[in-house]
Amino acid sequence: MLPELSRPFDGDMIMQKKKKLLRLLKEKEQGAVPLKIAVLGGSTTSDIIKVLELFLRDRGIAPSFYESEYAQYWNDAVFGNKELDEFKPELVFIHTTSRNIEEKPRVGEDAQSVADKLEREYARYERMWTRLSEKYGCVIIQNNFELPSERLLGNREVGCAFGRIDYITRLNCRLYDYAQSHKNFYIHDINYLSAAYGLERWHELRHWHLYKYAMSVSAIPEFAYSLAGIVCSVMGRNKKVLALDLDNTLWGGVIGDDGQSGIEIGSETSEGQSYKRLQEYVKAHKELGILLTVCSKNDPENAIEGLNHPDAPLKPNDFACIKANWDEKWRNLDETARELNLLPESFVFLDDNPAEREIVRTQLPEVTVIGFDNPEECIRALDKCGFFEVTSLSADDAARGEMYRANAERAAAERQFATYGEFLQSLEMRAEIRDFDPVHIPRITQLTNKSNQFNLTTRRYTQTEMEQTAADPNYIRLCGRLTDKFGDNGIVSVVIGRKDGAALHMELWLMSCRVLKREMELAMLDTLVEECKKAGIEEIIGYYYPTKKNGMVAELYKQFGFAQTSSDENGNTTWRLETANYTPKTTAIKINGD
Amino acid sequence: MDKLDKNTVKSRLTEVFRDVFDDEDIELSDSTTADDIEAWDSLEHITLISAVEKEFKMRFTMKEVSGMKNVGEMMNIIAERAKK
Repeated sequence: MLPELSRPFDGDMIMQKKKKLLRLLKEKEQGAVPLKIAVLGGSTTSDIIKVLELFLRDRGIAPSFYESEYAQYWNDAVFGNKELDEFKPELVFIHTTSRNIEEKPRVGEDAQSVADKLEREYARYERMWTRLSEKYGCVIIQNNFELPSERLLGNREVGCAFGRIDYITRLNCRLYDYAQSHKNFYIHDINYLSAAYGLERWHELRHWHLYKYAMSVSAIPEFAYSLAGIVCSVMGRNKKVLALDLDNTLWGGVIGDDGQSGIEIGSETSEGQSYKRLQEYVKAHKELGILLTVCSKNDPENAIEGLNHPDAPLKPNDFACIKANWDEKWRNLDETARELNLLPESFVFLDDNPAEREIVRTQLPEVTVIGFDNPEECIRALDKCGFFEVTSLSADDAARGEMYRANAERAAAERQFATYGEFLQSLEMRAEIRDFDPVHIPRITQLTNKSNQFNLTTRRYTQTEMEQTAADPNYIRLCGRLTDKFGDNGIVSVVIGRKDGAALHMELWLMSCRVLKREMELAMLDTLVEECKKAGIEEIIGYYYPTKKNGMVAELYKQFGFAQTSSDENGNTTWRLETANYTPKTTAIKINGD
Repeated sequence: MDKLDKNTVKSRLTEVFRDVFDDEDIELSDSTTADDIEAWDSLEHITLISAVEKEFKMRFTMKEVSGMKNVGEMMNIIAERAKK
């Protein structure tokens, strides 16, 4: 990621150098995921799009844009137009603001009349969303309404039937109700954003009158960063791990010198309180499915002693991995990533020491490093980074920390067996491998968009595309859940093949790396061949498209017993398997209750 | 308050132009207009004005933003109003 685009960034500098930044991003871009975004604006959107593109490319998404003519958001959404139809947006961002509210209350207007206006105003929006969703099956991101810059009635703008802020607040609540009951619809909270930025600075009236920007041009980077957070999350680009230093990061003081009773954590002192608050904030990330790890220069027993402080919210078993030693931190982070079967790019690292941060930045640049000087600032830095933006929360997310801990127990169990085969048998594994169930689509989409290593085609799907695939009789789909005596791993593998006569073309084959070397891929293959035979499929055609990250599966189809039929200069390979003479390969997993 | 001399204004303004248009070859003169710089359209004008205001810690009036005919006029306003 470019340092210029990382928080804390200088918004004015980004605006000034945006052309150069875009050039730099494009020069070093590799394997970015394309995404078609339509921006339907109620005010000027030009620079919003340019800066949004910077933040998206910085996180591996290569957007192309449709931009509506000035303030044509409603016409484009409701009536459509040829250009937009041909563009086929995967994501639509509706950039409306309080300036686009058409039905406004008059001073002294009675409550019923205001309520009718609000209903008509809201209906305009709902009509757009319904239309867009029916027509394009796209993800929709809608701004809510920010507070206005002036208050004619003063404080009476709230708590009064015709108060404008009262009206905007109610209108926003209608938007939120819709968001709660509709998938693929997300609110971009500019009401919060403008407040955090400062409402008076946000409403730069010159920029409205001169250029019809609904906010100060200087606020555009904040706006675009926030919007990019939603897009990245929808596209499965969230970070997965929060790696933490200990001394002067999770508590005040140095545990090795000060001892458990000497460190600052808990309710006794103001410093202790702020570290406690930080620990609580960090710990809450577990509910989002974020893994917590420790990366600290300490003797291991001292680290554990600190984490066992009676007033500390975080305990040793809150962490998926604890590295407390005197090695270089970047080496420890790299090793943690390997142990968890994750990529360093899914890590966010927090450390109070600027020198340590700099070493990690230079030695392991894939890891995102967040800087701060004190615990209060640390919470804000973490909160504003947007790397853990929640757009969907599956049951698997909350249980993820548990799953990784179960993996550590498995690793310990493995050492007790003479052969790996015996170990696998001892796990008493059971797999549920079925067609997609509607309730599992969010998890299937999430897994599909964030799997990079065990992924043959690295094809990405929006939730809507996944729903369409799930409903299409021309596909054979399987999703696999693996359970063993240590726990449930959740849905860990997804396979999608498109039928073409007696052939099945594999458009997607992926698996979560947390179940590597467990025969789960064989269980998926066995089940796929069985389903193929039922459907009269005689041959399965597999495709491998190499990326920087999926080298581990370059030979997968060969290991499966497929014969290679072609390869090109880019390393793309094609493979073929006849289903007729196939014999099942799984030995250690019971599939679908057999 | 001392006024900025015109050469200082010109060299600092040139840097801003080079940043905004991502073109290190830009040379400014009094008579430079939007027609002379290919990427200088009405949309980039916004970025340019904001960047100039920030560089010289001053503000243009709305009339000036839409009325400036060439770089010379811009430099005169800056030299008049900018803080050293």
